Amino acid sequence: MTRLRLPPWLVLLLPAIIILAAVVLVPLVLSFYSSFTAYQLTRPETLWKWIGTFNYRKAAGDANFWWAFGRTVLLLTIALNLEMLLGLGLAVMVSKVTTGQRLLRTAMMFPMMFSPVLVGFQFKFIFNDNVGLVNNALQSLGLTDVAIPWLVDGHLALFSIIFAEIWTSTSVFAILILAGLYAIPQDPVEAAKVDGCTPWQSFRFVTLPFLMPFIYIAMAIRSLDVARAYDIVQIMTNGGPARRTELLWTLIGRTAYVDARMGYANAMGYIAILLSIFFTIYFFRKLTAARSELGMGV
Amino acid sequence: MASNASHRARKRALSAAHFIGLFLAMSLICLPGLWIVLNSFRPTVEIMAKPPVWIPNSLNLDHYRAMFGGVGEGGVPVLTYFRNSLIISVTSTLVALLVGMAGGYAFARYRFKGKAALFVGLMATRAVPGVALSLPLFIIMARAGIIDTHFGLILTYVALNVPFTVWLIDGFFRQVPRELAEAAEIDGCTRWQAFWRVEFPVARAGIASAGIFAFLTSWNEYALASQLTRSVNSKTMPVGLLDFTSQFTLNWGGMCALAVLMIIPALVLTFLVQKHLIAGLTFGGVKG
Repeated sequence: MTRLRLPPWLVLLLPAIIILAAVVLVPLVLSFYSSFTAYQLTRPETLWKWIGTFNYRKAAGDANFWWAFGRTVLLLTIALNLEMLLGLGLAVMVSKVTTGQRLLRTAMMFPMMFSPVLVGFQFKFIFNDNVGLVNNALQSLGLTDVAIPWLVDGHLALFSIIFAEIWTSTSVFAILILAGLYAIPQDPVEAAKVDGCTPWQSFRFVTLPFLMPFIYIAMAIRSLDVARAYDIVQIMTNGGPARRTELLWTLIGRTAYVDARMGYANAMGYIAILLSIFFTIYFFRKLTAARSELGMGV
Repeated sequence: MASNASHRARKRALSAAHFIGLFLAMSLICLPGLWIVLNSFRPTVEIMAKPPVWIPNSLNLDHYRAMFGGVGEGGVPVLTYFRNSLIISVTSTLVALLVGMAGGYAFARYRFKGKAALFVGLMATRAVPGVALSLPLFIIMARAGIIDTHFGLILTYVALNVPFTVWLIDGFFRQVPRELAEAAEIDGCTRWQAFWRVEFPVARAGIASAGIFAFLTSWNEYALASQLTRSVNSKTMPVGLLDFTSQFTLNWGGMCALAVLMIIPALVLTFLVQKHLIAGLTFGGVKG
């Protein structure tokens, strides 16, 4: 009896491939198909109504969609850059501490343990214009006597969301950069000191290039995590006021489950997935470049 | 002499700035969370008071009593949610680790055609946000009859975590010298024994850190769970948080109590392994 013999690497990888195919690939194929149909959740027979690229053309001409698209890119850009800078600062400060570092490191990771949905509620509470912590503090300190409508005004709401987003995710950057700081070989740093570099110069030209791979890893992980923004925004403002904080995924979620227009939602979803794949590939490229510059191998 | 004195003054100013900066940053990080913890012990009247009450007059366990007793507004079955969360997170983490170990080992130890493409393909599955998956997954799982079961959610979370665990564990196995396993094989171990006795113990720290990440992801996930669970059969705690809301009101105190219950296991776990966590990220993620 001849048995089909698979190479050992395939046997080892098979479980991963099967699970990912079942839970990610098949649903994606299904949603890709349905993005060409007029599928509505409430009327199952519409799944078979082929309408070609109508959904995509509709999305391309939909101002709400492009606003949400632009806002998502804006949020990602602001949040990722600020998180990177704050995380860098935090990591450097923590690495300089001599006693109690273990405690500080755990405290630093505190926000990572919060479920995004919990973060949403927490900041909805804190930014509440009537009984929220921020307004209460401002009023008690006498800085203002009006209730600032943090989540009701469009611009302020976007600010509040970015604040919440940064609060949760700065620690991802801080922890990765801290890992990088621990791993830095001491010789080049010493050499720079001997050669008369100021502390700033040795940080800028020795430490920072070494940290870049760690920063790009964090960026890649975080750009994949845009879905986090969905939970937080959904809870804090639900895309409001008047769509001022609508992001791609809140718009898509609403179109799918509230309006029940699954076909159209899936078409928009595909455009959004392409966006996040683009960001990921971009940061992985950067990572590979930064690694080869340091001779760390790929 | 003067320059020496000014140098010393500058150094002192710098260390003061360092202390103040660190203190401010840590307060910003910890305060929102501590605010939640504090509010879980305060009566609702005091939380909602206007003008605000800064110094708590009375701390009590009312919200916790209401939560565990299943009485009060709505009667949220918190213990059942806790049990669901625990079963789903632990099982999916263990399975994701096993699958990740097999996959990571294959990537670290074997050469084969299309390896890079396969690796990128695995990672790309992470780029699909939960809310995008939840639409088609809902349809498929409803057909398969596994909506609102532990199994459905466990399967989903395993898939969610596998790319990351494969990636981290792959990096860790690469740190283990190939010669180590080969030596064991020469000494008469089978490949399987060589793996369990030699390579696995060395890479254990990395596997632990991958496990923490997988656990935290499953423990905290909301977008998928909110669509794939329907009742107390499988609702997890993040979804349970919404039980404290109704159309126009929010039971902040009760919600804060549940939040504390959610955070404690994550906090304990992270504190225990935080040293490995940093080492794991250094070797697994970046040098891989």
